[in-house]
Amino acid sequence: MAVQDLSVFVRHRDDGIASMELAVDGIRCAGCMQAIEGGLAREPAILGARVNLALKRVSVEWREALLRPEAVVEKLAALGFKAYPFVPERQEEGAASEERYLLRALGVAGFASMNIMLLSVAVWSGNSGDIDPATRDFFHWLSALIALPTAAYAGRPFFESALRALKVGAVNMDVPITIGVVLALVMSVAETWSHGRHAYFDGVVMLLFFLLIGRYLDQLMRRRTRDLAGNLAALKAETATRLAADGSATVMPIAAIAPGDLVLVRPGERVSVDGIVETGRSELDQSLVTGETAPVEIGQGERVHAGTLNLTGALTVRVAAAGQGTLLDEIDRLMDQAVGSRSRYVRLSDRAARLYAPVVHTLAASTFLGWLAFGLAWPEALMIAVTVLIITCPCALGLAIPAVQVVAASALFKRKIMLKEGDALERLAEADIAVFDKTGTLTLPEPEILNPEALPAERRAEIGALAAASGHPLAQALARALGVTRAAEDVHEERGQGLSVGNGNDERRLGSVAFCGAQAEAAMVAALHPGASLIAYRHGSFRAVLALGQALRPQARETIAALREAGLEVAILSGDRFEAVAPIAAELGVTELHAALMPGDKLALLERMAADGRKVLMVGDGLNDAPALAGAHVSLSPVSATHLAQAAADIVFLGESLAPVAAALTIARKARRLMLQNLWFAVLYNAVAVPIAIAGLATPLVAAVAMSGSSLVVTLNALRACAGEAAAEVRP
Amino acid sequence: MNIIVILFPLALGLGLAGLGAFFWCMRSGQYADLDGAAWRVLQDEDVGKPSRSEEG
Repeated sequence: MAVQDLSVFVRHRDDGIASMELAVDGIRCAGCMQAIEGGLAREPAILGARVNLALKRVSVEWREALLRPEAVVEKLAALGFKAYPFVPERQEEGAASEERYLLRALGVAGFASMNIMLLSVAVWSGNSGDIDPATRDFFHWLSALIALPTAAYAGRPFFESALRALKVGAVNMDVPITIGVVLALVMSVAETWSHGRHAYFDGVVMLLFFLLIGRYLDQLMRRRTRDLAGNLAALKAETATRLAADGSATVMPIAAIAPGDLVLVRPGERVSVDGIVETGRSELDQSLVTGETAPVEIGQGERVHAGTLNLTGALTVRVAAAGQGTLLDEIDRLMDQAVGSRSRYVRLSDRAARLYAPVVHTLAASTFLGWLAFGLAWPEALMIAVTVLIITCPCALGLAIPAVQVVAASALFKRKIMLKEGDALERLAEADIAVFDKTGTLTLPEPEILNPEALPAERRAEIGALAAASGHPLAQALARALGVTRAAEDVHEERGQGLSVGNGNDERRLGSVAFCGAQAEAAMVAALHPGASLIAYRHGSFRAVLALGQALRPQARETIAALREAGLEVAILSGDRFEAVAPIAAELGVTELHAALMPGDKLALLERMAADGRKVLMVGDGLNDAPALAGAHVSLSPVSATHLAQAAADIVFLGESLAPVAAALTIARKARRLMLQNLWFAVLYNAVAVPIAIAGLATPLVAAVAMSGSSLVVTLNALRACAGEAAAEVRP
Repeated sequence: MNIIVILFPLALGLGLAGLGAFFWCMRSGQYADLDGAAWRVLQDEDVGKPSRSEEG
């Protein structure tokens, strides 16, 4: 085995201390946390290890001179944890500082609203009693002293967003918020100046506080998505064997491989880079990339893609920068075209905002004019109009959707489903047709033995050893399926026929059906598994025929049934031949299938469905699916998918089972229902509160109660997205 | 009235102290791992460290 080299992941400090971030598989509880931290602390060279349980990461610091980074990974493996180092992304630091700023603003607004409320309660109770006007003015001035700097600091996200929107001639939710906040502050100062009874400093700051909560949740959701995507990339732990100029081989993480490097790909390995074959001939299984299951011959000067499986011969590959190959070029072009169509989707919150802003502006303006016409002085009329703006505040609206999203995303995370886009939930809930890719999505990515009952357990090892001795793609697949890597010795291979070992009665043969004389058994197996490749084995009088093919993912049938029950139609779109797709479709009871599709055909089919008004849920994993995944209304991909497909998907699920597809749909529908409930609640709230405000009866006390009450109701309702989930898990 | 002159700065000061503590927590990364912190409370190996590790 070549030497591992992880130095690309290590960060160095001046004082000889190195540190590394690792994503760790299988941290579940406090016990794991303690085992890792305690176990690493026993190593004298390691200065510190800290587990982040929420992110399933460990950061380790050690004295550089005493330890190699590989030793840290080994140490964790000895403790029973597989760890995958990764480089924390730098370009995301802008987003991280934005999040910290929101949290600080939230803290300031929280502090200010509590202190102003302290003063306001005194004024409210004094107003109904006999407060000394001088005291009331003093309290109002103090409130202003707190509220004005707070609004200037904590209101910035809204002011800036509103300005951005106005500059391009659009109106968003932040425009009425900004107008409301600024007018309310100005009017309150004027009111205090003229020794008035009511000032709305408390309302303004509370409004900012609630809105910031919604804004922060939204940001949190995006951060979590990004972190999980980082973990996913690390968990794949892709490596390549780099050949140095002197011929020595080193296993490097993909992150350390640069274009122009020479990489060795052994038979049976998955190619992890895009490049051109420098030397060697081989057959490639390109099923993950194109969907086609039949192997393809490849030789010098030809292009290989990451994700393909090298079957027969060793290849050296010159790494090329991505995006120059014919297939990738084509896919790239299609991706650009596809992403455009998804961006047409308008989020629920934006749709609500589009309705909301004009309605509120008209209401406030007509209130002002109405009261003027009624004969009220303009400052008082303006004050009432401002209370309309404040009380219709989209607190509930701003919280209604982010809160549900955060709760639903954590429910999905518990089921090992990772949400990459916040609005994917809304889109998933709307889906009315589920389109599956076949290879690697409905089926497992590696070929499996379809009739394991034909193989007695005691013969597994010998058949595996025999199979491992051959370079034939089918034999290689069999050896992998049996988990055997050590080849048998003294094996005699007859090309095109099979392998034999031993002589006379003790002769054992593995190969074609005719080679082993197993026609009778083969006929039976072929009837049960049409479309599978057959491989026979003979030892004395014992004969077995194994069917090798793509096994369905666990729970594929149940998932398809569940999707149907949820009212979705199901279709299969595959790049593979019709004969290979038909048996799978028949087994799952899917009647709508399209085979032998090029990437562009898939996208065109999806676009035709979209033009018919269908909302397509696409599940796929191959490079050839990437444009379709990007173009679908919503898309899922398994974690075994190629990079580009995973990047294009909205949701990525872990594990072999297909069940997360149905689970994600259930949770998404529930989340959407809760979002709509929350929005309707906001409408109801406004229907009650707005007439009060228009009538001029919304005192600061009424405004405070109404705003905090509605926000609380919406948040509690959002938490139900998680509560139902817990109940569902208890039921078997 | 006089009591307000004392009480009000006191209340504001307490609030500011809380805000300062919040900022300090943020800067020292205490919100980075909320799940882990919930469990760390239950670990007691920081109490009498040397004797514990001998027992274990």
